[in-house]
Amino acid sequence: MAFVLTEEQTMLKDMAKDFFTEQVPVANLRKLRDAEDADGYDKAVWKQIVELGFAGILIPEEHGGTGFGPMGLGIVMKEAGRTLAASPLYSTAVLGAGLIMAAGSDEQKGALLPKIAAGETLTALALEETNHHNPLNTAMTAEKSDDGFTLTGDKKFVIDGHIANTLIVVARTGGAAGDAQGLSMFLVDAKADGVSITRNHMVDSRNAASIGFANVQVSADAVLGSLGGAYAELESSLDLARVCLAAEMLGGAETVFDTTLEYLKERKQFGVIIGTFQALKHRAAELFCEVEICQSVLLDALSALEDRRNDTPRAASLAKARVGDALRLITNEGVQMHGGIGMTDAVDVGLFMKRARVQAQMLGDTNFHRARYADLGGY
Amino acid sequence: MTALDSFREETRAWLEENCPASMRTPMPEREMPWGGRQAKYPNPDTKVWMDNMASRGWTAPTWPAEYGGGGLSKEENKVLQQELGAIKARPALTSFGLWMLGPALLEFASEEQKKKYLGEIIRGEIRWCQGYSEPGAGSDLAGLQTKAEDKGDHYLVNGQKVWTSYADQCDWIFCLVRTDTSVKHDGISFLLIDMDDAGVEARPIKLISGASPFCETFLTDVKVPKENLVGDLNKGWTIAKRLLEHERSMISGMGMGAGAASMGGMEAVAKENFGADGEKIADSSIRQAVADHKMDQQAFGLTLKRAEAEAKAGQGMGAAASMFKYYGTEVNKRRFELLLDLMGTQALGWEGEGFDKRELAVTRSWLRSKGNSIEGGTSEVQLNVIAKRVLGLPDA
Repeated sequence: MAFVLTEEQTMLKDMAKDFFTEQVPVANLRKLRDAEDADGYDKAVWKQIVELGFAGILIPEEHGGTGFGPMGLGIVMKEAGRTLAASPLYSTAVLGAGLIMAAGSDEQKGALLPKIAAGETLTALALEETNHHNPLNTAMTAEKSDDGFTLTGDKKFVIDGHIANTLIVVARTGGAAGDAQGLSMFLVDAKADGVSITRNHMVDSRNAASIGFANVQVSADAVLGSLGGAYAELESSLDLARVCLAAEMLGGAETVFDTTLEYLKERKQFGVIIGTFQALKHRAAELFCEVEICQSVLLDALSALEDRRNDTPRAASLAKARVGDALRLITNEGVQMHGGIGMTDAVDVGLFMKRARVQAQMLGDTNFHRARYADLGGY
Repeated sequence: MTALDSFREETRAWLEENCPASMRTPMPEREMPWGGRQAKYPNPDTKVWMDNMASRGWTAPTWPAEYGGGGLSKEENKVLQQELGAIKARPALTSFGLWMLGPALLEFASEEQKKKYLGEIIRGEIRWCQGYSEPGAGSDLAGLQTKAEDKGDHYLVNGQKVWTSYADQCDWIFCLVRTDTSVKHDGISFLLIDMDDAGVEARPIKLISGASPFCETFLTDVKVPKENLVGDLNKGWTIAKRLLEHERSMISGMGMGAGAASMGGMEAVAKENFGADGEKIADSSIRQAVADHKMDQQAFGLTLKRAEAEAKAGQGMGAAASMFKYYGTEVNKRRFELLLDLMGTQALGWEGEGFDKRELAVTRSWLRSKGNSIEGGTSEVQLNVIAKRVLGLPDA
């Protein structure tokens, strides 16, 4: 089990840290938000991310990637989370590359992976239909047509849905909501007839979209993974994404913890530094323990993915839930300990709290993952 | 075959020969191998096993051989522990001397002291207790008042210690004493006292659990030879702090295992009491509570493993002992709270009819667990240590 980074991984981490700190600070997200940027991400930054090899970090070298594996991807996502870097990394480098690598045919891999690594293709996973993540509850249908399938239904909370060229759509070719059997995945051109995409403006100033599919025709070779049996492939990719998301979340938690700690050391009230107050010291020490505990579950989950361990789903649920709990506590305490200034848009802590709310809901909140952890534990 | 392989082979053969069959069975509390001058051995194999292991120094496998320890490398010790685990061997010796005093002596004691005391610990001849806390010095440990006056050829010790574990069954006590009243931390010394000496008296304290694992220890005009001072005069606080780290990591380790396991596991208790829906615990809020707790426990276990891996790689997690003590004991307390919730009325027995032995043990353990976040430095003290040493938050 890799609780200590290798030399190569440490170099990657330092490189990612320098890049995001210097080139994509939180100010970058503020600029996109305040300019009401239509894309919601900075194309110049994405170009740099691609040049650093981060877009293809999961993708093997034969398909144009850098082949650093899940651990490398998690390391980069954590650093991106530290500065709230808005980019298609999650939707494309994590979910898109992950799903195509797990479920794609050789042709699909050959066609798509090099383009993802080169930053030319952006993907988005159209999965959610209800207010809470639950892949089994997918109701959208894909009916067999003469030379392919007809997709009908509505998707919501599609991260980066309005900037993607290629949508990965989860729909039913059989079974009913609640069944694992009958789920299929389709690669759909975002510009296809019948696809209507509406950007949603989210509390975290990041990208999400609602997408309607009205009798969208796709050919038979648009099927990604096994027809009617895509649930297992989907779940394994979702676990990868859940852990990478936990990495991004822990990056955010670290930044909020660090800045709050700095604030405790400089803010004076009653003529003294507020960090001398035991009521605040103890809370800060508790947050420190939370961060440390989360580092352990995250590293364990990343090594589970890396080593293809059998208990990867449990490790992923543990990471998403435990980091989710910690991030909520740390962002809330961060705002509280900053006092009045924490309520202003001028300091960053509020941005992290808003992002945390969105991250919590992505791919299952703490309740979802606690229940899943119990399911997988046989109780 | 590598050297380690042959060590494993030799160890396995030796254990096969020297570990009595009854020492490979679960250990009842009364057969705990504490050693010492007052030790009783309801099962004579306990003593045989202790002596056999001590003859190889394997009661203290990694201590230097020159003092009677096993002199094993980390890797060899790992092999030994694996082989002991494989035959489900009981510990040959459990003792505060091994866990706490010994490591401190190895670091701070004189050559003569190491020769004398370490050997006695390894062979289980002397059972040690710890004289730290006093009625007026709990969390503020350095406020201790037990006085050791220099009387030329000896120290004259007067004062009272409290929470001395099993003092009524112990032979020697390692004490923090005040040798300078004009300063606080720099007026404390570390002294070893024979409890057979005139003026030493231990009285057990009855706890909320009904058990009396701790004593009050009174020291009245006790004459202690000067050679029993460990380290420099007035430098005892340094040793005390180091020893507390050993104690804290020991107590945080208590967070794992015991309790629910005796009842077949938290999940089984929950299903038994709240019904099962297929494999699932039928009551969803109880199920969430069990999962939440098990996740916390898993996360803590992973953090212990990470600390081990980082230590091996030469990296430190900072005031790790304080963090583990705080988190581990709080998780352990929550575990017993949840277990009692799950067991309902069956966790409410004190003794006698209506409750089985395991249930009664859980109730007592629940009460005992409350001490985990108090002994060895309260949770609040641990948080102070983290705030100061790791986070660098200023003192008032």
